[in-house]
Amino acid sequence: MRITQGTFSFLPDLSDEQIIKQLDYCLARGWAVGIEYTDDPHPRNVYWEMFGNPMFDLHDAAGIMLELNSCRKTYPAHYIRVTAFDSTHTVESVVLSFIVQRPQREPGFRLVRQEINGRSMRYSIESYATQSQPEGARYQ
Amino acid sequence: MGASELQQITDQKKRYSAGVLKYAQMGYWDSDYQPKETDVLALFRITPQDGVDPIEAAAAVAGESSTATWTVVWTDRLTACDMYRAKAYRVDPVPNNPGQYFCYVAYDLSLFEEGSITNVAASIIGNVFSFKPLKAARLEDMQFPVAYIKTFAGPPTGIVVERERLDKFGRPLLGATTKPKLGLSARNYGRVVYEGLKGGLDFMKDDENINSQPFMHWRDRFLCVMDGVNRASAATGEIKGSYLNITAGTMEEMYRRAEFAKELGSVIVMIDLVVGYTAIQSMSHWCRQNDMILHLHRAGHGTYTRQKNHGVSFRVIAKWMRLAGVDHIHAGTAVGKLEGDPMTVQGYYNVCRDAKTTVDLPRGIYFDQDWAALRKVMPVASGGIHAGQMHQLLDLFGDDVVLQFGGGTIGHPQGIQAGATANRVALEAMVLARNEGRDIRNEGPDILREAARWCSPLKAALDTWGDITFNYTPTDSSDFVPTASVA
Repeated sequence: MRITQGTFSFLPDLSDEQIIKQLDYCLARGWAVGIEYTDDPHPRNVYWEMFGNPMFDLHDAAGIMLELNSCRKTYPAHYIRVTAFDSTHTVESVVLSFIVQRPQREPGFRLVRQEINGRSMRYSIESYATQSQPEGARYQ
Repeated sequence: MGASELQQITDQKKRYSAGVLKYAQMGYWDSDYQPKETDVLALFRITPQDGVDPIEAAAAVAGESSTATWTVVWTDRLTACDMYRAKAYRVDPVPNNPGQYFCYVAYDLSLFEEGSITNVAASIIGNVFSFKPLKAARLEDMQFPVAYIKTFAGPPTGIVVERERLDKFGRPLLGATTKPKLGLSARNYGRVVYEGLKGGLDFMKDDENINSQPFMHWRDRFLCVMDGVNRASAATGEIKGSYLNITAGTMEEMYRRAEFAKELGSVIVMIDLVVGYTAIQSMSHWCRQNDMILHLHRAGHGTYTRQKNHGVSFRVIAKWMRLAGVDHIHAGTAVGKLEGDPMTVQGYYNVCRDAKTTVDLPRGIYFDQDWAALRKVMPVASGGIHAGQMHQLLDLFGDDVVLQFGGGTIGHPQGIQAGATANRVALEAMVLARNEGRDIRNEGPDILREAARWCSPLKAALDTWGDITFNYTPTDSSDFVPTASVA
């Protein structure tokens, strides 16, 4: 399957040229860009690993691409995303976040149903990838 | 009317001898009044009856929405009556509308109960609008002091936290209302929810009139819908939701429905405006305590918001609802099947989303409004919109909006999932293009066609609906449309 988290997941994978244009959009707005990676794609897993802090002082898309390519080399089989932060008062949160690399094979999620009182159901979602292998060894 | 009849009578004996005085004489008109920082201000558009002086009419509005009655009463003198009296302080004729006037009224903060929108409504619109000397009256806008804003909890979630909870950033959210409006069984209803969410929408939605009817009891709907929601979430790896309508005949029943929604793990519930301001505020508090997003459908507003001469402008309702505390509010599409002049609708969106709203007459905003860090409401555009309008919607409204395509998803020739996918692809392609700096207002149709080349559901959507527009003259557009400057 194909996890459709992130802003552009319904489009074909972005080329580097397209990524750079998105980075330019973020930098023009004074947003800090961060690169994150994970091999636990659960929808409630907010805290992917940071590949360095958000780059508050990098105002150049080419510089960010260097970091991104370094992350790709180090973690060729992980999910990687670009995240932009806006520190404006009353925002102070993420304003853009899109996946730029995904593992070759995405096995998807298992829906676990736990029947409780009456006809009620408690639901949980488990990633197939995380079930048998620990962090770092899930996507080969 | 003679000038003396518009002057406040300051001689106490004269002022309080039994009989009838003009409202202006009783002190409800004061052209020198400087509103205090802590005053609540209201702007009314009034149409006095023939022969009624506009200043006296404005004073009457101030009087009848604060302390006055139709005759002098001695009991006023037991109170700090000069303070409690609302003051009409400015009257302007409405451009190009003879017989209509804008009148500005200031209210002391002590007239209001802390943290109660119901009290605001009872005070400002509870009495005045039936007043015989006025042919018509409309509450156009209000300004609330920070001192009053701070007595409200505001939206339980707000735009920022909603996005953080859903983990969705940088684009509008997508939704659809399950159709047909009424009649589906719970199992069939859940099927529509599953298909829409699986195909690519973020939310599905109950319609305003789906509460609990003979063809589908609410408990069965909630069970089936949540199964669809969770199946779609597992299939996509995204957080999904469906607005479970907990509107009911009594408050107690609403709480029961809300608790069941929570038990089943829904991220969001919805209520209809017709439950009333008090119920809305109660549900807002419940939602905060239970980490639930609260969607408000503005059911019934059209009965009093559409006509310029009489009623309450929707921008006032939007302000009240931000204070009362809702996370989503239907605020108009401008290009869809329901009423909405584009500039006026943008004004509603600004009221929902601004940190500080500023005067903007072409958008119908008459007052500055400092929201004092009150959380923001996500406007919802719903009603007759389709993928072919994606560029217009994104251009008009930006990212912080929920775009709902009910018919535009479920009516897709290739099925509901295809309909959802078409909308999601159209949206993401448009956001990508806008971020790249393309002129989406003019290149929008090209951008959609480019995406349709590799996305057949989008191609089919454009083929089916590409030509549909809803071009009618709006009933409620600004009196201050900018005109070309003369050289």
